[in-house]
Parts: sequence; structure tokens; C-alpha cells
Amino acid sequence: MLSIKDLHVSAEDKPILKGLNLSVNAGEVHAIMGPNGSGKSTMASFLAGREGYHLLRGKVQFKGKDLLSLAPEERAGEGLFLAFQYPVEIPGLGSLQFLKTALQEIRKYRAQEKLKTTEFMKIVHQHAETMGIAMEMLTRPLNEGFSGGEKKRHEIFQMAVLSPSLSILDETDSGLDIDALRTVAKGVNALRAKKNAMILITHYQRLLDYIVPDKVHILFEGQIIKSGSKLLAQELEKKGYEELIASYQKKLSDTSA
Amino acid sequence: MGADKDLLSSSLSQDYAYGFSSEIETETLAAGLDESVVRLISEKKGEPPWLLAWRLDAYAKWLDMEEPRWAKLSFPPIDYQKMIYYASPKQKKGPKSLDEVDPALLETFNKLGIPLREQEALSGVAMDVVLDSSSVATTFKKTLSDLGIIFCSFGEAVQTHPELVRKYLGRVVPSSDNYFAALNSAVFSDGSFCYIPKGVRCPMELSTYFRINAMNTGQFERTLIVAEDETYVSYLEGCTAPRRDENQLHAAVVEIYAARDAEVKYSTVQNWYPGDKDGKGGIYNFVTKRGLCAGTRAKISWTQVETGSAITWKYPSCILKGDHSVGEFYSVAISNHHQQADTGTKMIHIGKDTRSRVVSKGISAGQGQNTYRGQVQILPSAAGARNFSQCDSLLLGSSCGAHTFPYIDVSNPTAVVEHEATTSKIGEEQIFYCHQRGIDTENAVALIVNGYAKEVLKQLPMEFTVEAQKLLGLSLEGSVG
Ligand SMILES: Nc1ncnc2c1ncn2[C@@H]1O[C@H](COP(=O)(O)OP(=O)(O)OP(=O)(O)O)[C@@H](O)[C@H]1O
Ligand SMILES: [Mg+2]
Repeated sequence: MLSIKDLHVSAEDKPILKGLNLSVNAGEVHAIMGPNGSGKSTMASFLAGREGYHLLRGKVQFKGKDLLSLAPEERAGEGLFLAFQYPVEIPGLGSLQFLKTALQEIRKYRAQEKLKTTEFMKIVHQHAETMGIAMEMLTRPLNEGFSGGEKKRHEIFQMAVLSPSLSILDETDSGLDIDALRTVAKGVNALRAKKNAMILITHYQRLLDYIVPDKVHILFEGQIIKSGSKLLAQELEKKGYEELIASYQKKLSDTSA
Repeated sequence: MGADKDLLSSSLSQDYAYGFSSEIETETLAAGLDESVVRLISEKKGEPPWLLAWRLDAYAKWLDMEEPRWAKLSFPPIDYQKMIYYASPKQKKGPKSLDEVDPALLETFNKLGIPLREQEALSGVAMDVVLDSSSVATTFKKTLSDLGIIFCSFGEAVQTHPELVRKYLGRVVPSSDNYFAALNSAVFSDGSFCYIPKGVRCPMELSTYFRINAMNTGQFERTLIVAEDETYVSYLEGCTAPRRDENQLHAAVVEIYAARDAEVKYSTVQNWYPGDKDGKGGIYNFVTKRGLCAGTRAKISWTQVETGSAITWKYPSCILKGDHSVGEFYSVAISNHHQQADTGTKMIHIGKDTRSRVVSKGISAGQGQNTYRGQVQILPSAAGARNFSQCDSLLLGSSCGAHTFPYIDVSNPTAVVEHEATTSKIGEEQIFYCHQRGIDTENAVALIVNGYAKEVLKQLPMEFTVEAQKLLGLSLEGSVG
């Protein structure tokens, strides 16, 4: 599904990703953890095609295509979805109108027929119910005046409606109360299927109790310094990053010595 | 004048694009304006002596006036002696069907979602055929006349209801009001007349079908709407389809008279040719629009979507004379490329407990300059008057400009006047968010701009909102990214 090879990316002349390697297969859920500023959001935004980054080196393949040669909206059309760490407000623009345009544009990209409004609404009702989203909220302007938790929930709702093949969730669990966390997990698990993959960026083991990952990676200074099973997240929860980083740095100096 | 010539030649070369060739009848007056021209216009239209006298009086006043230059607009001098003030109606030989019309034009129509029948009329497909075969139109006309509503061309009204025209003409916008109003009063070509008799609610938008009819009324259009006691009417002027005209200067006058408990909703969609990307050509639109809330609880509401013209100079206003009367102004104005818009409103509070509300949404892109100019005046008699004004500006890119000039003049201590203004930009974050959801830049800008303008757009007659939304998107195509 996704293969990142030796990715080096900078922003404003500052190297941020420094040789990132990651491979995600269809049906898998990967968790990425790492201290603040390690480059998690940069990785997510860069993959989604945000401007302002420089590709220094490396390759990214998505479903057999060269991801980096596609425009951001084409990446979405190919089935890449990013749940934003900080969802953006668009004043006055109805949430449903936005979502309908998104779905129609993605379908257009895939040369699928335009969806009738009734069919669209059916999908909306179905997922709104699972996600515990009131229809009233969807008539409001996009993210405008939504609480932090509502915004995150709304991201997952959009993900459910757009039904992407690869979803990257950037700290969707931060700022959620325990009930909201459960609903978000429910939404994610509902989308979890053989043909779909997910990357969860998170700081907390808590989310991984609800969405059990196939793999856990630790990102530090733009590189994955350790990968493991879900047990790695539990270990991290107990020990913190320090020990992991120290042993990584020791290994580094051993090899360079 | 250079720009004149450019516009003329470009509109000529566009003839094919607009799907018809025009056979101009020989009876066109030479360029230039003097008293004999005014007399001749009146004579050709078979007008009564009082109307000729009124025109001549306006002409004399115009001679003594100077072209206003206080607006934040820059344009080369207009040579009024190089314009033609009378041409007998053009005979148009249209294409037989839409198959013969330029596909590019049809594409624009389709993007705007204009119904097929109207596409035919707008692209010049033998218009009378279209209209005659439209049974809807005939039904509309019958419904209106059964209610005693008069709705016809201005020229026709002068012939059939001279007493009404005479009673109300110039009552709200006197010919001496301003330079362009005086010019219009002297030489107006035609326009619309609408009269709603006491106690009648007009059951339909005076729009859908009629907006086709209202085309080709010339460069000096005159509209008069009279709403008697306890009436309601919603009137729609203009058209989302792009309109071209070889006349560069347009100076229209619209007068609205609202009696006790009358409500008039006047909506405009203005999409005149704005000139090309380099600012060549384009219509100069100098309009005087004013409504008088003459009676108690009268209400006049202006809604405008201004996307066209090279220059827009326009301040639809309300004189709130009747106690408890209400004035509203909702505006979206786009200036893209080299377009300049200086627009706003005047709310003059005279009666007690009068209320006014102003919502202005300016959008500037390219090199466009967008100015809001609004005046709120509370006279000593207007105890308890209230005004709320919201003026927002949205900038796309860094070479455009937005300016706000609110003039507030309060002479009654019990009045409450509130003014809010904001300036914002379309953020990269917003565009990226849309991109990430599969929406390309053009659609993203259209969505963001429509969200921004929503408060105004929702005031438009329902069947028109969708077209106007698309129009905003189309007007800004290519302005970001
Ligand atoms: N556009 C930019 N210009 C300069 N520096 C940037 C830019 N974007 C990110 N950075 C820097 O890159 C580093 C990684 O940022 P990033 O947001 O990817 O971290 P993160 O792992 O998501 O952190 P957090 O856990 O706090 O969300 C930070 O030091 C940040 O300041
Ligand atoms: Mg982050």
C-alpha cells in the first residue's frame, strides 16, 4: 500500500525528516509515536502534499504509484486521507456541502458516477449515527465553533464517509474525553478492513487499547529508531522515551566508532 | 477614446461568440448630446409634453453639474459627446437553435446552471419564438393583471398609465440628485415600471422569465417601482450570464416608493463585461438606486451580487421616512483582475424607531480594488432609530486592495448605531484542507468564497441562489494558486 524509502525532507532549510523508512501493507494498522517535534506531523502533511516542504532525497510509493508526483487533491482521489491534528475552520461553509463536494470530486477523479443527494444523505445518516454526530452539527459551518473534541470526531466522520484506503490520523485522540475516544475508535475499527490501512500518530497508549495496532514505530529526530509490536507502546508508557533514545544513541556511536 | 474603441472592436470580434449577428437599422443618431437630441428621443418615443419638459429640465441641470470624482476609482475622462444617445431598436437575426451557438458560451451557461429555455433567449435564439411558446409566461402575465399589478416596460407605462408615471417619476431620485442621475433623466432609453395596488401581495418573483425580457433596455435604464399600502413584491434585476454591450457607460436609475406597510425586496445580479485580464475594455456602471419608505412600517431591502463591470459606482439607499420603517442592504462585490468597485449604501433615518441593517462582503483578487462606502444618517426626528452595519473584506492574493469608508452622522441621542468591519485572507491552511479532501483549488476558492458571502446570498430569491453561488466561483477562476 505505502512504501517510504530513505525520505529526507526539510522546511525552511531545516532538515526535519532524515532518512525515514516505513512500509505499510493493506489491512495493517501502524502506530507512530515519538516525542514532540520529532517530525510526526511533518511526515503526515508531507505525504498529504502540503506546500512548504523540500524533498531532499527519497521515494514514496502509494498503491504502486509515485505519490510525490501527484497533486494533493489527486492523492485524496487515490484514497489517501489525513485527519488533521488541527482541523481548519471555513466560516459560512456548511459542513455537509463541503463533504458532498469532496465526495463528488473524489468520485469524479475515479471516473465514478455522481452521487444523488438522497444516496449521499443515506451515507451521511448511517455514519453520523455510528459516530454519534448530531445532524444539527452538520448543518453548521465547517469546524466553526466546534469544540476541540467535536472537530476530531468530525474528522473521523469525514473519513468514514469518504472511505479512504489509507488514513493517517494525526493525534486524533488528543483532547478527547473517554467517551469520544471510544466513538472515534469505533469509527476507525469500522473502517478497518483487509483492503484498508491506517497510520495512527499518537502520544498515548490509551488509544491503542481500543485500536490494537499491528506495528508500533518510534520516531525520533526524523527517523524511525525502533519498531515493534503493540508491546512496544506499553513499554514506552512505562519507561518514557529517554531510555529508548539513549540506547539508540549508544548504538549509533558504537557503529560510528 | 482608446478604451471605447478597444471595447467596441473586442465586442465586435466577439459577435460570433454570442451567437448572433446584428443588423443595425439605419436610424441611428450621430454621436453627441444637445437639446435637440433630448427632444428627438422624447419625440421618437411619442412622449407627452410634460415628460419632454422634465427631460429638458434635467438636461439643463446636467449641463451645470460636474462628473463626481470623489469615489476611489480611477478611469480616463469620459467623452459624453462621442456617445450615441439614440438608436432605434436593433433587429436581431438569431440562430435557429442552440446547436448554432458557440459551445464556449453554452459551457458558461451550463456552469451557471441556467435553464435551457433561458439559454436560448440569452444567446439570441429567435427570442419572440421562445417567449411566445412559453405558456408559463402567458400564465404569469394573466395572474399579474388579474391582481391589478402593472408590470411593463417604462415606455409602455408612459403610454398606458401616464398619470402614475407622472406622479412618481423623480420623486425618490430627483433629476438634480447627481450627475449621472441627471444625465439618465435627460436621455433615458427605457426600463421597467412596476405598480402594486393597495393590499396586493405579488405572488411571484418578478424575475425568472422576465429577466430575459428586461435585457436590451439600453445604456440609460430607468426603473420605477411603486408599492401601495399593505403590499409585497420581490423584484429581480439582471442576470448571472455574462453580458456584453458596446456601450461602455451605463448610468441607470432605480426608484422605489413604498407606502404604509409595503415591503419591496429588490435583488440585483450584475455581471456586465468586466474587461480583459489586463483591464482593457469593460463596462463603466454608474447607478443611482434609492428607495423611499414613505409610510409607517414600510420596508425596502436591497440585495446585490456585483461581479461584473470594469467600474462599479453604486450606492443603493433607503430613506426611512415612515415611523418604524426598515431599510436593508446586503451586498457581495467582487473585483478581480483590474476591476474597481466603489459601492455601499446610504441609510437616512427620519422617522421614529426606524431600523436599518447593512451587510457588505467585498472580495478582491488580482489587482482588483474594492471599496465600501456607507453612510448612516440619523436625523433629529429619528428617535429610537437603530442601525447595524457589518462590512467584511476578503483578499485573494497580495496585489489587490480593500477599503472601507463608513460615514456616521447621529443627531438624535436615543439612536443606536453599530459598525463592525473585518478583513481576512483565504488561508493556505483552508486551501490545503480542501485539497486533502479531494477538492481542487478552483472549487476550494468557490466554496470558501461562498461560505464567506453566505449571509448575503441567502437573501436572494431561492431559484437564483445556486446560480449566484456558481457565478462567484466562476468570477474568481484562476485567482489563487
Ligand atoms: N514549516 C516549517 N518551518 C520550519 N520548521 C518546521 C516547519 N514545520 C515543522 N517544523 C519543525 O519541525 C519539527 C517537527 O515538527 P512536527 O510538527 O512534525 O512535530 P511532531 O512530531 O508532530 O510534534 P508534536 O508531537 O508536538 O505534534 C519541529 O521542530 C518544528 O518546529
Ligand atoms: Mg504533530
